[in-house]
Amino acid sequence: MKLFRMLGRSIRDAFKSAIRNFSLSLASISCITITLIIVAIAIMASFNVNNFTDLIESDLTIVAFVENDATEEDLKQIKSDINSLSNIQEIKFFSKEEVGEQIKQESEVFEVVLEEFKDGESPLKDTYQVKVKNIEEIKRTAEKIKKIDNVAVVRYGEGMVEKLVSAFDSIKKVTYGIVIALIIVTIFLIINTIKLTISARKREISIMRLVGASNFTIKTPFIVEGMILGLLGSIVPVIFTTYGYLAFYRHFEGYLYSQLIQLIKPEPFIYQTSLIVIVIGILVGMIGSASAVKKYLKI
Amino acid sequence: MDLIRIKHVEKKYKNGVTAIQDLNLAIEKGSFVFVIGGSGSGKSTLIKMLYREEKPTKGQIIVGGLDVAKLKNKKVYKLRRKLGIVFQDYRLLPKMTVYENVAFALEVIGAKKDEIRVKVLKAIEEVGLKNKIHNYPDQLSGGEQQRVAIARAIVNDPKLLLCDEPTGNLDPEKSMEVMKVLDNINKTRGTTIIMATHDQQIVNSMKKQVLILKDGHLVNFKEKGIYDNEAI
Repeated sequence: MKLFRMLGRSIRDAFKSAIRNFSLSLASISCITITLIIVAIAIMASFNVNNFTDLIESDLTIVAFVENDATEEDLKQIKSDINSLSNIQEIKFFSKEEVGEQIKQESEVFEVVLEEFKDGESPLKDTYQVKVKNIEEIKRTAEKIKKIDNVAVVRYGEGMVEKLVSAFDSIKKVTYGIVIALIIVTIFLIINTIKLTISARKREISIMRLVGASNFTIKTPFIVEGMILGLLGSIVPVIFTTYGYLAFYRHFEGYLYSQLIQLIKPEPFIYQTSLIVIVIGILVGMIGSASAVKKYLKI
Repeated sequence: MDLIRIKHVEKKYKNGVTAIQDLNLAIEKGSFVFVIGGSGSGKSTLIKMLYREEKPTKGQIIVGGLDVAKLKNKKVYKLRRKLGIVFQDYRLLPKMTVYENVAFALEVIGAKKDEIRVKVLKAIEEVGLKNKIHNYPDQLSGGEQQRVAIARAIVNDPKLLLCDEPTGNLDPEKSMEVMKVLDNINKTRGTTIIMATHDQQIVNSMKKQVLILKDGHLVNFKEKGIYDNEAI
């Protein structure tokens, strides 16, 4: 009973003092707001970068060209041999004719060139297109496929793929690094602002100590207040995330510069980001207050 | 019975100053004691050690059965709930009314609302501020502010009331008003009062126990004492 009463009072006092110390509260809230907007941008940017690198990676395939004299039996054998490898996600077969059709559709020049060949003299080969599970292992997998009987040539964009994969890997690491660094900076910034607001109230804390309030009782309202400030501070960033990203997505119609760079669909992405922003705001407000008030509990 | 027992207490500050030296003292329940002495005599240090703002470097201090020197920082509130403290600078919260300031002391220790109301009104009435209950501290005179601080100190019915120069900022007339309030509390509630002061007139007119400190030593402790300029 007593605990509930004290908690109720803590929450009431937290609201009261947030209002009574309005200018200080506003300073903390503004600080939280600005830094959370930056964090939100960083989160959205990093998620998008990861999204399109994942998309591009998932498009990468190994193409295995089959020898011209391979029989139906051989084709089946190749398929089962490829399937028995560990890193295989998906395998698709395209006959010469299908490959021809695809090429013809892509360019008129190819169409004219292919017309020149008679049936049976086609320069094209039956192919298997293979998607791998782990893109970093693509080279090793391609080499294994090449060793299979009746496989003539294997292509996977040698050189280019390796560069792309390592570039994407660095991009991902860098964006994660930026987000984490920003969150840490935010925490420090907010802790310092809250410290300022609390040092303005050390008198109140020392009086609480003098009249016999336990440290728990003193800390709780400040922590609740920190949570409230964090929550209030995340309102603008949440609006910014939701409407800002929506506007951004619509303006670029879902793509950035080329069809290759696809943006993440706004729903449910904006809600997830908003939730992350709110949680960071509340946690940071809480941690900031708790660490700031600690200093004054020793008088 | 003794409420306070001080045995061989020494207080040395980190800067090397020895504020109290080998102090031995027992103060009975219900007594009213003036602690007098010049600047640097150790009056304030003695009061501060009693409510554990300062820890003695040597010796033992027992207040109401609690060994103050051994009290951990986290447990200090247990001692503070047994005593009331009044300072020269009142230490009221400026953004709270008289009622709220007094109620604050009970709220932070988790008292019930009805209980708070009854006790707060009683304490405010005792210090004679019933008609100023909704005023803020800056709307009150110094004497009135000090009486609010006294109401806050006694609202939890402490056994001991510590006063560190409570009349230091007040003119003689207001000082006497405050003294009347304190005397009344001592008589009606039986609260033990220890008051550090250098106000000669107050000490001489009240005729209470007087404890004289000089350079951290106990010089004299007697009933119905007077302010002995020579001893100081």
